[in-house]
Amino acid sequence: MHAEKEIHFRDAAAKALLDPQLRANFRRAMDGLITKRKAQFPDPRDLQDLRDLSTAIRSRSLLCLPELLEQLEASCTKNGIKVHWAETCEQANQLILGILQAKGAKTLVKGKSMVSEEMHLNAFLESKGIEALESDLGEYIIQLDGETPSHIIMPAIHKNKDQIARQFSQKIKDAKYTEDVDELTAMARKVLRQKFLDADAGLSGVNFAVAETGTLCLVENEGNGRMSTHVPPVHIAVMGLEKVVAQLEDVAPLYAILTRSATGQAVSTYFNLITGPRGAGEKDGPQEVHLVILDNGRSRIYADPQLRATLRCIRCGACMNHCPVYTRVGGHAYEAIYPGPIGKILTPQMEGVGVRHDLIHGSSLCGACGEVCPVEIPIPEILVRLRREATHDDMASTVAGKGTGRTATEDWAWRLWAGVTKRPALYRVATWFATRFGKALPASAPLIKNWTQSRTKPVPARRSLSERMRAEGASHE
Amino acid sequence: MNGTKPKKVYFYGTCLVDLFFPDAGMAGIQLLRRAGVEVVFPEGQTCCGQPAFNCGYWEEARDVARTQVALFPQDLPVILPSGSCAGMMKVHYPELFHGQPDEAKVRAFSARVYELTQFLVDVLDVKLQDLGEPVKVTWHSSCHAVRDLGLKGEPQALIGQLANVELAPLAREYECCGFGGTFAVRHPEISGAMVTDKVADATATGASVVLSTDGGCLMNVNGALEAKRSKLKVQHIAEFLWERTRAR
Ligand code: SF4
Repeated sequence: MHAEKEIHFRDAAAKALLDPQLRANFRRAMDGLITKRKAQFPDPRDLQDLRDLSTAIRSRSLLCLPELLEQLEASCTKNGIKVHWAETCEQANQLILGILQAKGAKTLVKGKSMVSEEMHLNAFLESKGIEALESDLGEYIIQLDGETPSHIIMPAIHKNKDQIARQFSQKIKDAKYTEDVDELTAMARKVLRQKFLDADAGLSGVNFAVAETGTLCLVENEGNGRMSTHVPPVHIAVMGLEKVVAQLEDVAPLYAILTRSATGQAVSTYFNLITGPRGAGEKDGPQEVHLVILDNGRSRIYADPQLRATLRCIRCGACMNHCPVYTRVGGHAYEAIYPGPIGKILTPQMEGVGVRHDLIHGSSLCGACGEVCPVEIPIPEILVRLRREATHDDMASTVAGKGTGRTATEDWAWRLWAGVTKRPALYRVATWFATRFGKALPASAPLIKNWTQSRTKPVPARRSLSERMRAEGASHE
Repeated sequence: MNGTKPKKVYFYGTCLVDLFFPDAGMAGIQLLRRAGVEVVFPEGQTCCGQPAFNCGYWEEARDVARTQVALFPQDLPVILPSGSCAGMMKVHYPELFHGQPDEAKVRAFSARVYELTQFLVDVLDVKLQDLGEPVKVTWHSSCHAVRDLGLKGEPQALIGQLANVELAPLAREYECCGFGGTFAVRHPEISGAMVTDKVADATATGASVVLSTDGGCLMNVNGALEAKRSKLKVQHIAEFLWERTRAR
């Protein structure tokens, strides 16, 4: 189904590594986030308790996902929130366009939403003559430059203060050059304030949707989420179908671990619980609230009991903050909506494991991601599973693009490896040759060439351990 | 094995130690023997199968793993001078053999697997006496040893027993060195950036030796140090411990 060409993470990563400014920006920012998160979890047992609870809540929600989604629809409908279902991004875009056109809306002000990035909603609306303006400061910054987010929580983290100062002075009308953060923020705020008041509609993401009460929870720090969802006459919320939880009680622990894991905050500045449009006699709030629930490959991921864990994600970004690869190459090198470790397992499952084979291998499997993930997604294990899926066309598998990353060379190499390694006599001969002639291998031989980019060639010892033990007459049983 | 110290163990060399660090393997065996344990070194050892497993070639990995498990029939601890390979055998073999007819047998084997320092500290409770000159070392914790296998500071505890050894920690002790098996050759640029940073971190400690429990990390860090013509050396912890504590 995915006939597209493979996207090579290696090339984009290699390019990013040559940009010292980018590397410094990421390293500094990630170090800060790691330190702040750590300060929020002084007691490892408390952390583990909260992780256990959060993991259990997310697993339980997924276990009865179809029922919870139905319940969510019923509760939302009761609250006056109109629920729409979209299987594909194209459908979701059309749905949103329909809602906006029905209202004659020409401008949309947006709070942060990664799902809308998945949909490429801004570009789509622009092509239909509707202006979509990002109101999250980070999103606003990258929108000015026509960029995509480089981090799921801090979309403009690849830029430092000086770069933003220059950008603002060039792109914002009547802006003067300043490196003062408060002044820069004030500048963006001035532009955005008017946009909130003028916008025909507002759009937001959803952090948790509560099935029992039909409540949409929105975590944010800037107040732009509240403005986007409360000031314009229409509010459209978009969410991936995995975001539902059963009851309000489930939200508290997830919220507690989300803000701590993400930005090292005990609480966020704003936490919005949206339960419907403006009621009779109420003075504010939108007249209409819509909820668009997007699949875009999620139900396919859901179908596999192991891979389903991918959907536990609460999008905190801790995995990328702690990832030694992400820290060095930054978010854009992934050429994907979701970068970092979560992106490494999500993107291939959405786009096809063959197309993203190189990305699946772009990990040393160090496990830093799984170690910090608040909902204990075994990211390294899933990566290994996806590596298998990419090269094997197992009949029962439901993975997108399964088997399409298979090459005769790799197949042959592993068969040869196993052929020798499972036959000790043969292996003994091979190591004998390696110890005697290993030195002679040229540093330019394939694979060795890659190794010697940054290192000297490894030289086998003159006699292997087995050989020495044999000579010693060590006991074999 | 509860409470009583085992009298006899198996030693599994691992492919990297066998070929690149045989001295470390010999040292590990000596440390065990000195602690009063008889060491059995079965013939026919090759590789734990981790490279194939991590690349998704599970049938190939299983074929190899089966031949290795068969080398250790007696109910004795199996000691490995590598956190990564011990993690493979202890944690990932049960996954690899899940649903296979010999799963129970493999699980029983996995339960007997230990990394060397883990065994020396947690089971044998060895006490070391330092006979070496004062030296400053740094410690690179292998990701798999810590995160897969769950080492809890055993190597550092052993180093801490040596009176003349100063342990200068890395600024980013728990960050990966960039080895990652085939990752190092599939993504040489990223891997290279990681090991370059690791080497800079190690150099900044002022230590003269980088110690680790893993052949992969050692090979990686050593290669990068040599490429920079650094004076800093790498050494497997077993070899370091043995050299400093053996009577001459
Ligand atoms: S995978 Fe885990 S750590 Fe990464 S964003 Fe999702 S919840 Fe956070």
